[in-house]
Amino acid sequence: MMELIIQLISSACFILGALLILSGGVGILRFPDFFTRMHAAGITETLATSLILIGLMLIAGWGLVLFKLVLILLFIMLTSPTASHALAKSAMHGKLTPIIHNNHSG
Amino acid sequence: MLIMLAIVLLTVMFMALLRALLGPSIYDRILAVNLFGTKTVLLIAVMGFLFGRPEFLDIALVYALINFISVIGVLRYFEYSDNRINGSES
Repeated sequence: MMELIIQLISSACFILGALLILSGGVGILRFPDFFTRMHAAGITETLATSLILIGLMLIAGWGLVLFKLVLILLFIMLTSPTASHALAKSAMHGKLTPIIHNNHSG
Repeated sequence: MLIMLAIVLLTVMFMALLRALLGPSIYDRILAVNLFGTKTVLLIAVMGFLFGRPEFLDIALVYALINFISVIGVLRYFEYSDNRINGSES
């Protein structure tokens, strides 16, 4: 019974993570600007990665594998926002301006 | 379920590779390569579970380290260089 519940939660994590990753991929392919593309990639990256790794942890059970998965999760949670921040700062230094539409009246 | 996850990861990696090939500016390419590297880490972990060999997680950990260091290094190189190769230079 417990095994089945854990399997179910892990499958839900996988499906949600796959959906988020797919939306990030579509966003990086179809958004018009560099900064919007970075938004699509950077937002979905952390949550989808943590969801998939949590699903793998639920499958893995206790042991060294769980420790390695926690280590990967910790490292990605630390480095992914750092890389996004460095990328945005470098693009702003590189005179890459975002598209700004002022369509609303006033 | 793991097979579905691996297929989705491969699809997204293909999308990132497409963006890296046709991205207008150099930063688009770096962003796509960063995304590709993160998805590679996930794919290695999922493949390790799919083939029943979780020792692949060591490789995934090392790949995450190398990905981060390489992105920061390339960004440091392009941030302070004078002759930029911007496709969409305003």
